[in-house]
Formats: sequence, C-alpha cells, structure tokens
Amino acid sequence: MTAATRGVEAPGRAEVGARTLRTDRWWLPPAATTVGLLIFVVYATVRAFQQQYFFADERYLTPFYSPCVSLGCASEPGSAHFGMFLPDHPLLPYAAISLPFLLAFRLTCYYYRKAYYRSFWLAPAACAVPEPHATYTGETRFPLILQNVHRYVFYIAVIVSVINTYDAIVAFRHPTDGFVVGIGNLVLLVNVVLLWCYTLSCHSCRHVMGGRLAHFSKHPVRYRIWTWISALNTRHATFAWITLGTLVATDLYVLLVASGTITDLRLVG
Amino acid sequence: MTYTARLRVWRGDAAGGALTDYEVDANEGEVVLDILHRLQATQTPDLAVRWNCKAGKCGSCSAEINGRPRLLCMTRMSVFEPGEVLTVTPMRTFPVIRDLVTDVSFNYAKAREIPSFTPPPDLGPGEYRMKQADVGRSQEFRKCIECFLCQDTCHVVRDHEENKPAFAGPRYLMRVAELEMHPLDVADRVAEVQDEHGLGLCNITKCCTDVCPEGIKITDNALIPMKERVADDRYDPLVWLGRTILRRGSRQARE
Amino acid sequence: MIETERHEYDVLVIGAGGAGLRAAIAARERGLRTAIVCKSLFGKAHTVMAEGGCAAAMGNVNENDSWQVHFRDTMRGGKFLNSWRMAELHAKEAPDRVWELETWGALFDRTPDGRISQRHFGGHTYPRLAHVGDRTGLEIIRTMQQRIVALQQADHAQTGEYESRLRVFGECTVTELLTDDDGAVAGAFGYWRESGRFIEFSAPAVVLATGGIGKSFQVTSNSWEYTGDGHALALRAGANLIDMEFVQFHPTGMVWPPSVKGILVTEGVRGDGGVLKNSAGERFMFGYIPDVFKGQYAQTEDEADRWYTDQENNRRTPDLLPRDEVARAINTEVKEGRGSPHGGVYLDIASRMKPEEIKRRLPSMYHQFKELADVDITAEPMEVGPTCHYVMGGIDVDPDTGQSRVPGLFATGECAGGMHGSNRLGGNSLSDLLVFGRRAGLGAADYVAALGRRPVARTGAVDAAAGMTLAPFEPPAHGSGENPYTLHAELQRRMNDLVGIIRTEAEMTEALEHLAELRRRVRDVVVEGHRQYNPGWHLALDLRSMLMVGEAVASSALARTESRGGHTRSDHPGLDPEWRHRALLTACVRDGQEDAVVPRIAVERTERAPMREDLLALFDLTELEKYYTPAELIAHPGAGPQGGTA
Repeated sequence: MTAATRGVEAPGRAEVGARTLRTDRWWLPPAATTVGLLIFVVYATVRAFQQQYFFADERYLTPFYSPCVSLGCASEPGSAHFGMFLPDHPLLPYAAISLPFLLAFRLTCYYYRKAYYRSFWLAPAACAVPEPHATYTGETRFPLILQNVHRYVFYIAVIVSVINTYDAIVAFRHPTDGFVVGIGNLVLLVNVVLLWCYTLSCHSCRHVMGGRLAHFSKHPVRYRIWTWISALNTRHATFAWITLGTLVATDLYVLLVASGTITDLRLVG
Repeated sequence: MTYTARLRVWRGDAAGGALTDYEVDANEGEVVLDILHRLQATQTPDLAVRWNCKAGKCGSCSAEINGRPRLLCMTRMSVFEPGEVLTVTPMRTFPVIRDLVTDVSFNYAKAREIPSFTPPPDLGPGEYRMKQADVGRSQEFRKCIECFLCQDTCHVVRDHEENKPAFAGPRYLMRVAELEMHPLDVADRVAEVQDEHGLGLCNITKCCTDVCPEGIKITDNALIPMKERVADDRYDPLVWLGRTILRRGSRQARE
Repeated sequence: MIETERHEYDVLVIGAGGAGLRAAIAARERGLRTAIVCKSLFGKAHTVMAEGGCAAAMGNVNENDSWQVHFRDTMRGGKFLNSWRMAELHAKEAPDRVWELETWGALFDRTPDGRISQRHFGGHTYPRLAHVGDRTGLEIIRTMQQRIVALQQADHAQTGEYESRLRVFGECTVTELLTDDDGAVAGAFGYWRESGRFIEFSAPAVVLATGGIGKSFQVTSNSWEYTGDGHALALRAGANLIDMEFVQFHPTGMVWPPSVKGILVTEGVRGDGGVLKNSAGERFMFGYIPDVFKGQYAQTEDEADRWYTDQENNRRTPDLLPRDEVARAINTEVKEGRGSPHGGVYLDIASRMKPEEIKRRLPSMYHQFKELADVDITAEPMEVGPTCHYVMGGIDVDPDTGQSRVPGLFATGECAGGMHGSNRLGGNSLSDLLVFGRRAGLGAADYVAALGRRPVARTGAVDAAAGMTLAPFEPPAHGSGENPYTLHAELQRRMNDLVGIIRTEAEMTEALEHLAELRRRVRDVVVEGHRQYNPGWHLALDLRSMLMVGEAVASSALARTESRGGHTRSDHPGLDPEWRHRALLTACVRDGQEDAVVPRIAVERTERAPMREDLLALFDLTELEKYYTPAELIAHPGAGPQGGTA
C-alpha cells in the first residue's frame, strides 16, 4: 500500500488534508518521556559498569549492585550478602544476575511499553497523530511477542525486591555501632517501599493474585488482595517514574557517600 | 454573554471536501453541538451532523475537534479561548458519508463476529444467581455507550486500513472481556480473542482509555487482563504444566 | 417513476427502542422474517436515557410484593384511567420479562444473595425497580441489541447470511404506511437518511414503536427523534389515538444554560435539601400547598428545614409536593413575573449545603452539570422549570395483542396508549416496553400466520408518498418559502406556552388557531441542498408528524373539562368522576377534502370498558369512591346489598 492511501488518507475517509489537526503541544509528552528514559538509561549504564562507589562504609549498598555477587565485590567487604561467584570482568556488572531481569521487568511492563511505543517508536506519538510506519503488526510477532514473558520477570522482580529489602534492613545494623539510623538508611528504605509499590502494582501481579478468577465471591481473600492491587495499579505509571527517580537518587546518594563527597548524617546510634 | 465563535467545519462527502470557515453566535454555557445546531438553523440547513440525546448518553455525536476525537455534546465551548478557531471534522478512521457523518458499519460488523453470551444450558430464567462482586467488572464495560471514539482513535486501524479485517478494536475486545468475565458465561473466549479478534495487535498505548467519555478503563481493566489470560493459556509453562497434571480446561482453571 | 429500493418482510417494526427491539425479537423467534427500521443508529434509541429502573414485582427485596400490589400501584398512579387489562398483563408479566433479559446477558445490580436488586421509587409500595446504577435503560437496550445479534448469528450459522431473517435498517425514516384497498396494512414507505434514497417495504404486519412526542415542545427531556411519527403514521393509516391530553411534565428540568435545556434534575436534589426560590428569593412553595395536602406539609421554613434531619416530629417541605403541584406552582410564579431570567425558577442547594456534602450526596447531578453545562451546583443555584417528559396517550390498541383498529397495524411502547392512564409511575415505562413489546411482536406474528394472502399496497400510494417526501425541495407557489427550523421553533414555543402544564379553554383555542396557521405555512416549507444526509429536509418531513400530534394534544385537552394526572385545566381544577369512564379518541377526518400534507383530526368521546370484577375487588371501596361514580361500583363486593339495589 502506498503512503498516500494509508491511514487517515485511505480512500473513502474524509479528505481533510492535514495529517493531524491537533493544536495542542502533543509532542511534549513523548519528547519528555524520551528525555527521561534516556537520562536513566545513560546513568544506569554508566553506574552498572563503573564497579566502584557502590557500597558505603555505613553499610549502604546501592540497588544497582544488589545482590553483589561478583568476585569484584570483595573490594568492598560486607557488600556481598549472598556470596561471590561471578568472575570479576569490566563488562560484567557486579549485580549481573539481577540487572537483566530488572531491565526485562521494566521493558515488558505494560506502562513502559506504552511509554516507549509512543516516544521511541511513535506508534503513535500521541492519540490521533498518525504514526510514520507503513505497516504495523503490534505484539503479534517476534520480537514483540516476547512481551508476554512479563509475568516471569515479575516473579523474579519480586525476588529482587526481597533482596533489596534485605539490603535496606541489614543496613540498619552497623557492625560496630549496632542499630543505627542515618539519612542513607531512610533513603534506602523509601526506595525499597516505592519499589514494592511499583512491583506489586504490576498488571501481571494483579492478574495472578485474583484477576484471572471468574468468581471473586468464591475466593474472598484473593478478591481482597485483587482490590488492593487494583487500587495501587491505577498509579502504576506514577510509580514507574517515581522509582526511576528514587533509584537514581538512592544510587547517587550512595555514590556520593561512598566517594566521600558528602558525609552521611547519623540520626540514631 | 454572546460572542462570535469561529468554526472551521469539514464539508464534503466521499468524493472530497474541504474545511469551511463560519462565524456563529455562541452563548455562555453552550457546547459545540449547540453551535453546530445554530449554524444549521441560521446558515447551513443541510449541514450533516449525527446526534441524538445531547446528554452524553447515546454516543451518536462523535467527531473530531481540533484533531481530537470527542463527543460534540460533551465538549463545552468554555474549554476553548473565545477567539480560537475550532476545527471540526468527522471521525477519520471510518468512511465519510457527508460532512460530520461517517459510516460506522465497521463496528456493527465487528459486533457480529463475537459469539454471544453463552449461559449454562440447564439454567432457566429467574434462576440466575450472581454476586455483586462477580458482576462488577463486566458492569463497568457495559457502561459503554458505543460512541466508537475508541475505535476511531486506535492507531491500529486509524493508521492502517489493512488491519481492519483482523482487528476488532478496543470496543469489541472489551466486549469479549465483558463476556469472559461474566460469572455465568461458559464459553472459552481466550484463544479466539487472540486469533480472531486481533488482541495481539493492541500495543496498549491507551488512546482508547483517554478518549472514553464514560471513563471506562478499557486498557487496564479489559485489554491487559485479556492479554494476561492469553499469557495464561499460551505463554505460561507453569500454568500449562499444572493444567496438564490436573487435566483441567482453561475455563475451569479460572473458576 | 422515482427509483425506490424494495424489501419484503413478514413483520416490519418501526422504531428500535426497547419496545421495538422486544417486538422484533418476539416476531423473529416465531420464525418470521422481520425488519427493524430506526431513525438513528442501532442502539442509540431514547430508551438509553431511562435511569431509575424497570418495575417488576419479583419480590427479591420485599417478598410481600406481588402482581396485585403492582397492579394497584399502577392504577392509582394513573388515577384509574388506565386500561386495566394492560395494567394487569403488565404487572403479571414484568418479572418474566426481566428474568429473560438475564438469560440474554443483562447484568443488573444484585442483592446480597445474588438475585436482582430492586429499589424504591415514587408511587411503588415496595422496592420494585430492577436497575443498574443510573443507566438501566442503556442496559436494557444493549441487552436486546445483543440478543438481536445472537439471533443473527444463529441465522448466519444456518443460512450463511446474518440478515436472512432479521435485519436492522439504521438511519432510515418511514414517512407513510401503505394499506391495501380494504384498509389493511401492506407495508411502509420511507427514505434512507444517509443517502436520501427511497425505500419501500412490503409487509403484512407493521409494529409501531416510535416513542413519544416531546420534540413538539420547547422544553423537553426527549431527544430529536421524539417527533410523534408513530402517532401520525397511525392516524393517517386510519387508527385512533387515545388519551392524548395526558402529557407528563417533570417539574424540574433545566432551563438554562441552553445546552442542558430540558434535561432532568432528579427529585433527589429536593429530597436532600434543595429548595425552590423565585426571583425575589422567596421559597414560594409555602404559598402553594393545596387544601387536600394541608396538614401534611410544613407551614414554615423553620419546620421544613427541621424535617430534613428529624422526619418524625416535623412535616416535609412543600418543595416535595407531587410533581403536578410543583410544576403548577413554578408555572404560576413564572407567569406572574417572579421567574428567573430564562423563564424558570431557582433550585438552590448551593447556599444550603457544603460543597463536599453536595458532591457526596448528588455525584451524578454534580457531574452532569459540571460536564455538560459548566455549572457548579455547589456554587450557584440551578434554573429549573417544567419539562415535557412522557406522553401517556397514544395509539389505541388491543391490550393483549397490541393491534390497532387497522388490520395488521400494531403499536407498543410510549407510542401506544392506555397502559399508564393519566399519569405514569417512574419505572413502569421500561417494563411496559418489555411486556407489550413482546406482546405486539407475538400479536403481529399470529396475525401474519392467520393471513390468507399478503395485502397489496394501493396503486399509486408509493408514488404519492414519494412526491410528498420530495415536496420540500420544490420552490413554493408564492413567497420565498418557509424555513423548517423557524417553523419548528414556533411550533415548540406555541405548544410550550399554550398546551403546557397548565391549560385553559382560551389557551387551547388559541393554540389550535396557531396550529392551523402553521399547518398552512408548512405547505410552503422549502429546504436547501440535496437528499444526502440533509437535516433540514429531515426536519421538514418530521414537522408533518409534530403538527398532527400537536393538534391531537390540544384538541383532546380542550375537550376534557377536568384536571387529572398529566392534564391540568385551571378553569376546571377538580377531578370529575364522570370523566373517569370517558376516553377521548383522536382520528383523522375523512370527509373527502383531506389535507394531504397534515391531515385534519377530530376528537370524539367514548366509554372505557369497566374493570373486571376480580380486579376491582383488589381495591377498597372507600378508595374507589373518590374516583368512580356510585353506579360503576355496584358490582364491587364491598358495595353490599344497598349497592345492589341502588
């Protein structure tokens, strides 16, 4: 089919002339999404391969290095809570067993799919704005059919969230000072709470917990869980962005403390 | 307060047409449909507009205002600047008949392709027992007024005429979801929604939800749950394994 | 000869609201080839506007409910003018019709034990209305629409064609019924709205289900389709209309801003504390408590305000008097110059309740006005006035089959008369559609089955109908021609001002003079453009129906010299038992000098059939005595021996 007969210019449809008549700044949300996602990707890539400043003496482990399972983690004693077995190689991030899944979790997330289909692939950039592609097959073929693995990476993301939670909790126990609360502890805690909000508000989680049932009334507990998750789910996009921000902020905080740029403020102990 | 509204209305038919400028009196509190009616009564008696209840309940007056799919009766003039030129066109996903009226038969054809409600064969009238908790999800989808704005805005068919045969559109994928979640429907609709109605073409970019005048959460509550059910059936080896061991059908597994 | 598309069916249903769809389903289930013709798209009918619910004595919420109680409520609501047979069938069959909808996929709100929930409504003794939030009409339309699709799918499986036995002709208007030389129905003639092309149906049975007449009035809650087409088609085909003087006006419709003119403001606003005020800011309802209600309503504002919180020790506010009383009071205030700038009065809740409270108690009203009109009811008073809502009168039909006096012509739903008497109870119209829609469909099916031969339309009838339809495109014989929009606006204004909620002989006479003038002018109506989707042309053709209906209402209202239900004569304010047993029939005048464009009508009196004894016995004699003449009550079991000898 030629470009002239595609879409809103297909034969039989009103010959309006303009491809879109939208007068608002429809390009702004996809542009902002692009910028936001790119900033995160660049920052996260740099940090994942940096292999230093990931663990502060205050026992703060950045989520980008959790779980720290590379032999290289030995450079920061106490950072590896689950053993060290991956070879120490500059191209292998220290948290190489979790990062690919976290990436996959966000890549296949129903919200992020919308975000990058709109901003990177322009399919569509905004509602009622024609997309530039000649053909469209949606998520029916490889590779996009792989989006269906979302629920597996969700299962793994839950495990990683548990590990992050463990990291945040053990950080309260200083090897010498006992129970402590520093600003960094609060940062880790807030980050982990918001990560749970993002993870549990996932559409797959909502489905697995109760959405797949035909009769809620026969499963009162799962129905209640489904109701809670549904309420969280309405804010899934918000949590998706907030957690990108808190991940960067948490990591940056650990980086700054670990590099000695700033000093963590001890509140308790 | 009366002021002069400036309108550019698409006039024409399948053979062609153009945006035509008009100036019409507008009063405080009016909606775009009021202005078009005044245009009909005073300047263009033959301007074709489809409308009916004028209260946002029948879904007849769907069109596009400044490039955005909307109900003419639910778009207040006060949301625009007084001097702003309003461009009103017919829906651009369906064949135009005349002026602002389009041929929406695509939707009625799609409606017919979805197997109807299938109750248990042994259940008689008056014997139906359903809990409120079990009908809530389908009730949300039944709020649909069939304005077809979601069908209009969906890029799968809006930008790709060639997808029309394979894709039922958000309204009818939601109809499948409504039946699938109906507590007494016994048909299994999961394979069909993927293979026959084109659920896989949906890339959940949510324009259908954005445009819905009834505020139905089409994407989150109908389309994604259906994609998850497809994943249950097709892409989840754990579910497949459990089902094979227990020898249960996909419908029974959801009871 | 003009090119015309032709179709042959067994049953032709005109109108795709609840009644029409139910009739079509019934006819198709009998195996007849059925067509549905509707002016709008399939599924857009005015039935979707019904909010409250569908009355059916299922007894799910209160098991004391029964068809007898529902029957009594209906007769009382209609002030004993109803066709008792229709009220009986309606009360008996409504539960089955609702349950049947469930088997087609309807999802009503549920009781805790999983049955259909039922809600209270004005005039109903028990909670009786099956409902889905405030969109019950939409649910019923959608369910039947989907039932029709299911039947088409069954036909597709059998014949390979979806439309082999049941077809919907959307956006198609019927302008004339065709009859054979003996006056029996032979089909119908109309045009496609989209293309303007003509279409002729050959069908031995036609079911009219065209709804009401609200568009003859300036302020109405009805949509554009409500132009009384069925009423006019039936008249022209030789059928009678009955009870056309009874038009229900809802007291609180919006009058301003224009975009919401006529849209209902639910009674809940007044129930929750909203009060009516005139332009001087007075709560005028205290001055309008009629003698029969004295003692039941608060006399002072203080007492009325206390009632909202303490209903045991105070009397309710007169803002909550029956609909006709409130409407009459508003009307008087406006006529005496104390109305709001746009011809209504103020309904004020903003100054009496906190904004959050208003939003919590009246969410749908708050959103309706916010979204449709940009009016914030928490900050400013609403302007309200009576709005034309429903016509109780309609085509005179046989209660059991829906057949009019024209062989093969059936009617059901709002366009049929009799069921609701002088006043309809809320919730009884959706059940009416289902019960009598089905009965009309079956009646038509039985009629067709018993027919020896298909009636053939009179020769020349189609050409005459086509000529009539094209007339507005021809330049008028003199002058520049009339604009259909102008004529329509004038008709609406006259009907609203003169044949509205309060009527007098003088006003009725004046109205008839104006209608005669409009009848003359409508001959000169001229439209621009061509036949393809031309709203000006469509309106010009609908005007014919609206004028006939207007004359029927005004003439009937002139003849009935009493006040009852939806007919209030300020020059005859009381209820007159001698008028209870009389009905007014409207028919076309056949004197050889017919006006082909808008045939003249005449109204004549007739007697109503006396109620069957077992039904009469359901009421206390003391209640019946308020409505009936003593002679009519001789047969009542409570009348005793003296009654028998009187």
